[in-house]
Amino acid sequence: MKTGSGRYDVCIVGAGVCGANIARRLSAYDLDVVLVDKESDVSFGVSKANSGIVHGGFHHNKKHLKARLELQGAMMFDRLKQELDFPFRRCGIVVAAMHEDEMRAIEQLYMQGVDNGVIGIEMCSRERMLELEPKINPDTLGGLWVPGGGIVEPYRFVFSLVESAKKNGVEILTDFELCAALRAGDEWTLRAKDGRTVKARYAVNAAGLFADEVSAIFGAEEFTIKPRKGEYYLLDRMTKARPDRVVFPVPTNISKGMLVIPTVEGTVLIGPTAEALDDKTDLATTREQLEKILSSARTMIPSISEYDVITSFAGLRPTLDEDFYIAMSQKAPDLVQVAGIQSPGLTASPAIGEYVKDLLKKAGLRLREKVDYDPFVGKRPHVKDLSPYEVDELAAADPAYANMVCRCEKVSEAEIVAAVRAGHTTLDGVKYFTRAQMGRCQGGFCTYKIIKIIMRETGLSWQDISKNGGESRMLKDAL
Amino acid sequence: MSQELVCITCPMGCRLTVDTLTDGSLEVSGNRCARGIKYANEELLAPKRMVSATARIAGAGHEALDAIARLPVRTTVAYPKEGVLELLAAIYALNVALPVKRGDVLIKDYKGSGVDVIAARTLS
Amino acid sequence: MKELNFDAVVIGGGAAGMAAAIELDTAGFSCAIVEREEGLGGILGQCIHNGFGLIEFNEELTGPEFAERMEERLTGSKIASFTGTTVMEMDARAEIKTLYCYTAKYGVLRLNARAIVLAMGCRERNRGNIRIPGDRPAGVYTAGLAQRLVNIEGLVPGKNAVIIGSGDIGLIMARRMSWVGCKVHAVVEILPYPSGLTRNIVQCLHDFGIPLYLSHLTTRIIGKDRVEGVEVTPIENGAMMHEKAFVIPCDTVLLSVGLVPENELSKTAGVELNPMTNGPVVDSMLMTNVPGVFACGNVLHVHDLVDYVAEEARRAGQNVARWLKGDKPSREARLKAGSNVRYLAPSRVDLDRDNKLYLRTLIVKNGAMLEVKVNNRVVKTQKKSHIQPSEMITVELGPKDLESAAGSPDPVVEVSIN
Ligand SMILES: Cc1cc2nc3c(=O)[nH]c(=O)nc-3n(C[C@H](O)[C@H](O)[C@H](O)COP(=O)(O)OP(=O)(O)OC[C@H]3O[C@@H](n4cnc5c(N)ncnc54)[C@H](O)[C@@H]3O)c2cc1C
Ligand SMILES: Cc1cc2nc3c(=O)[nH]c(=O)nc-3n(C[C@H](O)[C@H](O)[C@H](O)COP(=O)(O)OP(=O)(O)OC[C@H]3O[C@@H](n4cnc5c(N)ncnc54)[C@H](O)[C@@H]3O)c2cc1C
Ligand code: SF4
Repeated sequence: MKTGSGRYDVCIVGAGVCGANIARRLSAYDLDVVLVDKESDVSFGVSKANSGIVHGGFHHNKKHLKARLELQGAMMFDRLKQELDFPFRRCGIVVAAMHEDEMRAIEQLYMQGVDNGVIGIEMCSRERMLELEPKINPDTLGGLWVPGGGIVEPYRFVFSLVESAKKNGVEILTDFELCAALRAGDEWTLRAKDGRTVKARYAVNAAGLFADEVSAIFGAEEFTIKPRKGEYYLLDRMTKARPDRVVFPVPTNISKGMLVIPTVEGTVLIGPTAEALDDKTDLATTREQLEKILSSARTMIPSISEYDVITSFAGLRPTLDEDFYIAMSQKAPDLVQVAGIQSPGLTASPAIGEYVKDLLKKAGLRLREKVDYDPFVGKRPHVKDLSPYEVDELAAADPAYANMVCRCEKVSEAEIVAAVRAGHTTLDGVKYFTRAQMGRCQGGFCTYKIIKIIMRETGLSWQDISKNGGESRMLKDAL
Repeated sequence: MSQELVCITCPMGCRLTVDTLTDGSLEVSGNRCARGIKYANEELLAPKRMVSATARIAGAGHEALDAIARLPVRTTVAYPKEGVLELLAAIYALNVALPVKRGDVLIKDYKGSGVDVIAARTLS
Repeated sequence: MKELNFDAVVIGGGAAGMAAAIELDTAGFSCAIVEREEGLGGILGQCIHNGFGLIEFNEELTGPEFAERMEERLTGSKIASFTGTTVMEMDARAEIKTLYCYTAKYGVLRLNARAIVLAMGCRERNRGNIRIPGDRPAGVYTAGLAQRLVNIEGLVPGKNAVIIGSGDIGLIMARRMSWVGCKVHAVVEILPYPSGLTRNIVQCLHDFGIPLYLSHLTTRIIGKDRVEGVEVTPIENGAMMHEKAFVIPCDTVLLSVGLVPENELSKTAGVELNPMTNGPVVDSMLMTNVPGVFACGNVLHVHDLVDYVAEEARRAGQNVARWLKGDKPSREARLKAGSNVRYLAPSRVDLDRDNKLYLRTLIVKNGAMLEVKVNNRVVKTQKKSHIQPSEMITVELGPKDLESAAGSPDPVVEVSIN
């Protein structure tokens, strides 16, 4: 890995799902690309805490760029999954109407969906709804069924995109907080807070919540990203309330409402709330909002119980305008702005990668296909998904596959080691990569083992072990 | 002078009131049995505590997942309360070479108190 | 895949697993213990404080000493113990039950047995379970995890701690953290009385001048990267006094908010659980609804004394041996938790044998009366000088006490406390 004195064709600022898709898309061409992020690992921004839904293409009108990118992006997931092996499933989406007047809104959504060309979209009677999703409140009056909607593990999606990009030559620089951008000739010099610099012909601002600040650093357009918080509860995989489909309420003008999401990994997510804020680092959860989630989710699935809650968390939507802002900057040269990417940003992100590639091409970037481009990343075994016989075979080659570290999510030592060796050297990094510490005990049993594996594999001392980089140190002293 | 105490000898947890008489002896009330009086006297005149802690093991590290970095140790009997921190410092200063057997005396008759510090597990 | 056959397999090598296995071995049955960790002893290994073994060994021992004394009883037996081995799957429907155990030593081990003893212990409730809102910084630990880090790894999670929950584990950790140079600023308890023993309040809090806030709820954890403080709100007459909320600065939060039996494996095998204990429903032999699957120790219900765990597990082991010989209780009665009783374990009594019951009360009281009724007629009373929810109560019932149940078709034995 170059440590910051390199010269690149493109520098992408922000390794969220947008930056990762752009990087991977560009990695198919003969280019030198660098992807930088201020956090200690990729996907630690907006892309780690969201609903993880591949949307159905019926929520927004086609006149918006975001609706078009959503439709296009959603179609790209099957192929990406084949190439990249991240958790994704088209489980389908139901929208449940609980009042007579909500049925009219359902009808409008249906018309919009048909107009957008959504495949298989269907208006449903009460009976049809209960057949599609038996856990739903029997008081439902009917609703909408969108079979193509799906669920994805957002951070695992980003990790595998980045892994693929890396494999095809993209450099990744973490803990690289951009704080200055100088233009000399036809080249940007980008400096990080810690003094490292990179030079690049083109730059992409995909800084999520901080796209406004990064735009200012480039001397480009002035705008303000406003954070809007969404809080969630996560329920244990043993819950009896797990639906088979993503269950939406009828959306309001401001948000898609609070959902019940059967995550790809078997747990259940309920939320998000929607609350406008000023502080872009405020990821705190609040009792009032969390109570709201429970009651709202129960109107759709009455069997949801607070005893199944294993954790709560929050994400911030980077809101700008109603639509995405993806364009060449009119003020700063050779800069692509990818800002205001709120929902359905995750769904749209593969299409955003295409779109940005096209913008760069129009701006003069030469794209020559790489002869040795390999879109596939190696499949990593997960003990959780394997039969005892398969684990036995794996263990013959590497016994660490049969040494269990996280019992709740069934993660072996070998998987933790693989995560650490892939550069995920914080507890959260290991967590998002492997799911260890994500289950019902929330790390009660395995945290000390993971700390020891990180120390063993990296040679870090106890002082350097952190939750998610920076000052989030786990330990304060050693006896 | 009157003092409030909770007797910790048994789970009844009597709330004791203790008055110091002019001759320095104690008058205890609130106790449901005689052990309360003994407790109050000990606790106010010469309080003692069992001490359990861990000691360094020579050469121990965090390399192996199942490695044990610290040896549990304890006092054989209760030690005067005011000296506990000093005793802990002495325990933390130990560097125990393996193997060690449960019951091995690591500090003998600490400061002439008659109290030993012993290993609480066997490690090799 | 390596495959082995036993009369019985014990899952979990803590105090319960070891005690049950010893009985099976003594009765002449072949038996294996499967333990996830590298050594036997379970949770005892990290409980370096004294307070174990007063009943079992007539001595006040530390956790590691208790574990080692138990382990010594295994030497010379024919018990096979597989450590560093996790039971991942269990198929218990057929007469011969199968366990798939994962271990770095052999890969996957397939164990077949006629009987299984569940002795998996419990896990700690965590922040999510009690739903404390706020930030999610580093520095929030369950007390047991902190105990493991400090006592076995020698790593200290923080320098300024607040402990949430006044159970014995939290209190013990308050003292332990103080003794490794961490200032403990407070223990915060939602209930109006402490859950731990008075003796621990005195030795672990008073000795160090640590304030105990009763009737206080932790309403927020504050801190971006690392914990910076906790917000605590007093509760008065059941209402939260938001205007009286205050922040205690600290860098570490230790949660000691209860234990939950680890029954995920049991559930997948079709074992029915009691919602009051989160442990299996068991009959007078400590057998679950799945024939041949027994349970004891903290996986059955959370015990506060290891001595009781060992006693219960010994009975479980003896019962498994009886069951393997084809001996079954001929007449049982259903047990019912009466007034002020939270739960009873087991759920049935044998009318022809001596039974030992463990129960927990819902109330705090000095001078209480425990009453046993058979079909609504009082057959036994027991004076209790002091009771509280955190202290387990034992009752013994023999054939004489239960005589009057013999005639009725569905006898009910009710235990209540007043
Ligand atoms: C509550 C919620 C629910 C959502 N649900 C869905 C959904 O179900 N489906 C869907 O399609 N979309 C959903 N979204 C939207 C989706 O999550 C976002 O659109 C997407 O994650 C945005 O990705 P990004 O790459 O633009 O931003 P980010 O993931 O935030 O990436 C930006 C990166 O830039 C880095 N950065 C910032 N400043 C600098 C700097 N100065 N120097 C270097 N690096 C910097 C950050 O560290 C960050 O990693 C949801 C969003 C929220 C908040
Ligand atoms: C922090 C703490 C302090 C305590 N203090 C005291 C005290 O002062 N005095 C006192 O008398 N008692 C005390 N106790 C209570 C007492 O020590 C415990 O109740 C007792 O040790 C529990 O024994 P057990 O065998 O049921 O469970 P555990 O000791 O928890 O043993 C269960 C074992 O099962 C293993 N296991 C679980 N799942 C699997 C699987 N799938 N495959 C293989 N193995 C598995 C676990 O690794 C563990 O080793 C304390 C308990 C705790 C938690
Ligand atoms: S005075 Fe007696 S009854 Fe009261 S707590 Fe002390 S020992 Fe128990």
